[in-house]
Amino acid sequence: MSKQAQHWEKTRGLLIVTLAIWFVFSIGIFLFGAEMESVGGPFGYPLTYWFTCQGSLGIFVILIFWFANRQEKIDEEFGFSEKGDD
Amino acid sequence: MIKGNFIDNLPKVYGIYTGGFLAFIIIMAIGEQMGMSAKAIGIAFVAFTVAIYAIIGYLSRTAQADAYYVAGRQVPTVFNGMATAADWMSGASFVAMAGGIYFKGYGYMALLVGWTGGYVLVASLLAPYLRKFGCYTVPDFIGTRYGGNLSRFLAVVVLTVASFTYVTAQINATGTIASVALDIPFQYAVYVGLVSILLCSMLGGMRGVTWTQVAQYIVLIIAYLLPVFWISNKMGAGFFPHFMLADEVARIADLEVQFGLGTVTNSAADLATVPKGLAGITKAHSAVNATPWAFISLALAMMMGTASLPHVMMRYFTTPSVKAARKSVGWSLFFIFLLYSSAPMLATLSKLSLIDPNLATGIIGKSISEVQAIDWYQNWNQANLMFVSDFNGNGTLELNEFFMGGKAVVLATPEIAGLPYVISGLVAAGGMAAAMSTADGLILAIANALSHDLYYKIIDPKAETAKRLVVARVLLVVIGFAGATIAAMEIQGILGSVIWAFDFAMSGLFFPLVLGVWWKRANREGAIAGMALGLASGMGYLIWVRNGGSGFLGITQLTFGIFGSAVSLVSMVVVSLITSEPDAATQKMVDEVRVPAGKSILGKH
Repeated sequence: MSKQAQHWEKTRGLLIVTLAIWFVFSIGIFLFGAEMESVGGPFGYPLTYWFTCQGSLGIFVILIFWFANRQEKIDEEFGFSEKGDD
Repeated sequence: MIKGNFIDNLPKVYGIYTGGFLAFIIIMAIGEQMGMSAKAIGIAFVAFTVAIYAIIGYLSRTAQADAYYVAGRQVPTVFNGMATAADWMSGASFVAMAGGIYFKGYGYMALLVGWTGGYVLVASLLAPYLRKFGCYTVPDFIGTRYGGNLSRFLAVVVLTVASFTYVTAQINATGTIASVALDIPFQYAVYVGLVSILLCSMLGGMRGVTWTQVAQYIVLIIAYLLPVFWISNKMGAGFFPHFMLADEVARIADLEVQFGLGTVTNSAADLATVPKGLAGITKAHSAVNATPWAFISLALAMMMGTASLPHVMMRYFTTPSVKAARKSVGWSLFFIFLLYSSAPMLATLSKLSLIDPNLATGIIGKSISEVQAIDWYQNWNQANLMFVSDFNGNGTLELNEFFMGGKAVVLATPEIAGLPYVISGLVAAGGMAAAMSTADGLILAIANALSHDLYYKIIDPKAETAKRLVVARVLLVVIGFAGATIAAMEIQGILGSVIWAFDFAMSGLFFPLVLGVWWKRANREGAIAGMALGLASGMGYLIWVRNGGSGFLGITQLTFGIFGSAVSLVSMVVVSLITSEPDAATQKMVDEVRVPAGKSILGKH
């Protein structure tokens, strides 16, 4: 397999992991909104309420930075990263 | 004071700017103590901030295509993040979001999840690849990846439909704020708002818009967060509201039971006496009040719409590299998160301060005549944003007898909580900044698509740069005036048309963009089918439901993009597979797009 094909395979793998996490916190947990309601969440908010106003939102921010770093590592591994600028 | 290159000095420049703005707020506060009138403070806030944006717009003037279309591709990640956040957060986010949460609770908060989760799709599926492509506009990508004028033209059509729906709402919002702050009729205020918007973008294009958007973000985030923290501290709810309002949320839930929320209802005859546009508290504040599908479908539509809206995507064309584009998406969402996570806190504080009988500001349980005598009640009643009526004739104000406009949550809460007027002036400046920055991004997206893709690429490929930029600027003004004219007619509400814009964008553009990068087999015929049938079926569904159609699968007029994009996906895949695969050159182009290193497909960066 060529270097480029390997790079793309890893990139696609990272995409699948990223989208899976995204799916859980944007869609998956809200299938159980009513069930999570009686559970206490961080800072004493009801868990469902906390996810809608802080939890999911904050997780997305962290997820994007994590994704960006992983993708950079993949690009470097195959020598495909850009040089110089940032 | 400032030496060397502008880009290297950005932190210093905006640091001084932020300090200057804070100093201005303090001067206004001193002015208020010395007897400056509320009206003068409002005018000073709006005039001062708009003047600063205009100066930045003038200093960013340019005659180069690269600077005009993509700000020279040298905007650092963090600053591009701020600019994107301002570009993204519109008058609706600033003025209407807290109100929506206040009145609709959980079901509405799907928008918070959707409008943030979409950035994960932007970062992972699209932004870095489109940056590598090196295009000026989103249709530029479609036109080059799939080839042919028809595909480029259809992308321009989808972009224009979605963005134009969105922009009228933003010009409407600038007009509303300008008319209140400057005390002039709405029909004229709309054009004052428009001129302010054009001052930012006309001379410098994307470069001017970028640097004004950063300035606008700083104003709008200060204007949103300062009152939230101040009110929370004043009420004794906690010095950092985001982590400390659990008791307040629980207290509201208790009060809802105590006041008989959902059990005491109003008769249709009583409701008919309530002024149009005002709503009562009829839904639980924090409890789950929507079915999973209602919540998820709305969130999903907003997420896919986010990834298809061209005015957001084109912000990532301005970063220096592919790597920077990815990081920049993270910063964008971080800056958006600061405001979005505060909106539910503002809604909580605002609601509790009005309904808790134990608080001095609480009005529920007081006598109707007492409430009607309060100064702020009279002001906001006159502005047609607040209304009470003694339906059951017991002389006491009940929860179901209190009505308010959604905008009042952001606009009136500082006054109700007893904050000085200078805060209300600041909030007006923040709302203006939010609406202007989004309107600028949208008008520029439409004008650039028409000037670059329609005029330069399709009609006159030999046009010189100077001529292209004249065309771009003329279009900017024409589109702005068209938007303002429609806004002046006041056809739709702000929030409804914003949500439609997302649905239009996702119907026509989501899959043609994503598959352009992720599916090599996607070809021109497929993309054309995907865009044309996606947009047409989404629009058809909207018209059908608006005219009394029953809809299916619980897809409403707010989520019709789910149907449109499904049709788009199926038709794009089917048509691609029954026609021949893209030529070798196109396949090679896709391979190159997938790798950050090396030259961009178009241009020299």
